[in-house]
Amino acid sequence: MADLKKNPFVAEDGREIVLKADHLCIQFGGLKAVDDVNLSIRRGELYGLIGPNGAGKTTVFNLLTGVYKPTSGRFFLCGKDLTGKAPAEINRCGIARTFQNIRLFGNLTVAENVMVGLGNQIPCSLFESMFRLPRHFKAEAEYRKKAMELLEVFHLAEYADHLAQNLPYGKQRKLEIARAMATNPTLLLLDEPAAGMNPNETQELMDVISFIRQRFGITILLIEHDMRLVSGICEQLTVLNFGTELAKGDTASVLNDPNVIKAYIGE
Amino acid sequence: MDFLSALINGLSSGGTYAIIALGYTMVYGIAKMLNFAHGDVIMVGGYTMFLTLMALGHPLVALAAATVFCVILGVTIERLAYRPLRGASPLAVLITAIGVSFLLQSLAQIIFGSSPKMLVQLQISGGITLGALSIDYSTLLTLAVTAVVMVVLSLFVKYSKTGRAMVAVSEDRDAALLMGVNTNAIIAITFAIGSALAAIAGYLMLCKAPSLSNTMGAMPGIKAFTAAVIGGIGSIPGAMLGGILLGVVESISYSVPALAPFTDAVEFSILILVLLVRPSGILGKMRREKV
Repeated sequence: MADLKKNPFVAEDGREIVLKADHLCIQFGGLKAVDDVNLSIRRGELYGLIGPNGAGKTTVFNLLTGVYKPTSGRFFLCGKDLTGKAPAEINRCGIARTFQNIRLFGNLTVAENVMVGLGNQIPCSLFESMFRLPRHFKAEAEYRKKAMELLEVFHLAEYADHLAQNLPYGKQRKLEIARAMATNPTLLLLDEPAAGMNPNETQELMDVISFIRQRFGITILLIEHDMRLVSGICEQLTVLNFGTELAKGDTASVLNDPNVIKAYIGE
Repeated sequence: MDFLSALINGLSSGGTYAIIALGYTMVYGIAKMLNFAHGDVIMVGGYTMFLTLMALGHPLVALAAATVFCVILGVTIERLAYRPLRGASPLAVLITAIGVSFLLQSLAQIIFGSSPKMLVQLQISGGITLGALSIDYSTLLTLAVTAVVMVVLSLFVKYSKTGRAMVAVSEDRDAALLMGVNTNAIIAITFAIGSALAAIAGYLMLCKAPSLSNTMGAMPGIKAFTAAVIGGIGSIPGAMLGGILLGVVESISYSVPALAPFTDAVEFSILILVLLVRPSGILGKMRREKV
């Protein structure tokens, strides 16, 4: 039997490709911030995106979440073309993210932050909420229950009714991940989750990341500078430098690539 | 007794200011803009009631019609005039809002003429007497409606999906967007709620003084805006507090013969005094710049 045309969303080893980015480019005026970046991330994988400051890593995240529209190139989640869609829509299709600078809703409680992330997963119309019909109370109870379950996973349940802005830094980072997980994503983008953390907090964060991978089977793309964290948990890496791919492949070989060492440390 | 009745009247007119101020403060908090056409939505509501009364006759039908029409108007204004300017400089949005305000006032003048219309069908006369104290029914109605509006709105914002999304958008619009919140819809809902409240406020105003003109929304609009700033613009409890404070000050000042002619001046002086002590309003967040 003749070979079927190769499915572009299945990797060579037969695993499904969750995120595929083809030739992503974005240009700001005369500056090519991201130039021909290709990614293919398999289901369940923990993929790292590293590179010196200003290499375009966060810009890639902004492209993948719809904050910026790519000048050219496309990206697909589980085979579905999401290029050019609005951020809220991309989120509903299954890509959630955290931010380099924490951007929680500070004046909402910890539980409420997660409940915002839960969004429209429980049906209840504006009209029903306005006039406090029975379904409103059922939906609210359900939201609260789901939020508490997630907070348990992240060991944040005891802080549920604290204002998010009053949490210590490390816990705010965890809450951001919990809020992103609440949107029920297929792919989670973590933008420097360990930035500003002390070694204990970083260790705790690594444990949380491994735990949510086991528990939810989620695929993660992660930006990080902390090499201990990167070499500790990432399976595949792409290194960006001046907006272009410098190297890609499995973590150990990429980190030993002379070009990568040169970009980070210099000649 | 004079003081007590001034206080009760003040609570009542303050309630009307508070209901209007809620529209200003919610739109400011969530869309980060001052909707200076908000007062004129009250006026459009008034004319809607006028037309409905001529056709159908019942005040409650008129109120319902005005509420529906104001909601449609508010959402339409947002869609056509403000949404295209999302991301434009705040000054451009402000001037657009003032333009919308003039547009509504002038349209009403062209359609209905400039002489005031009397809506006697809406007027609620009479009252109750408790010893030397007499309270109008319209005052009692305003107090009751204000209380209900405040409780329902507070519960809605605190304990519903849409309410939480509103707070999220006001805290950080981009983060809310990336968490799957449809910010355009949330902003439209905010305008809808504000406009419905404006219609209700217009009804309460006309119950007391049934004279309708194309500028009837202007002064209450400015006073309610003042109330929102006194309370801390962007804060819902702040708008309620500011509105009631302003109403009470207005009424008490009006009951003192020496101050009566200067009532408006007294009210706006309160604004200046509050801002001198607390630049972000009574319940507004004091933000200290981190360095």
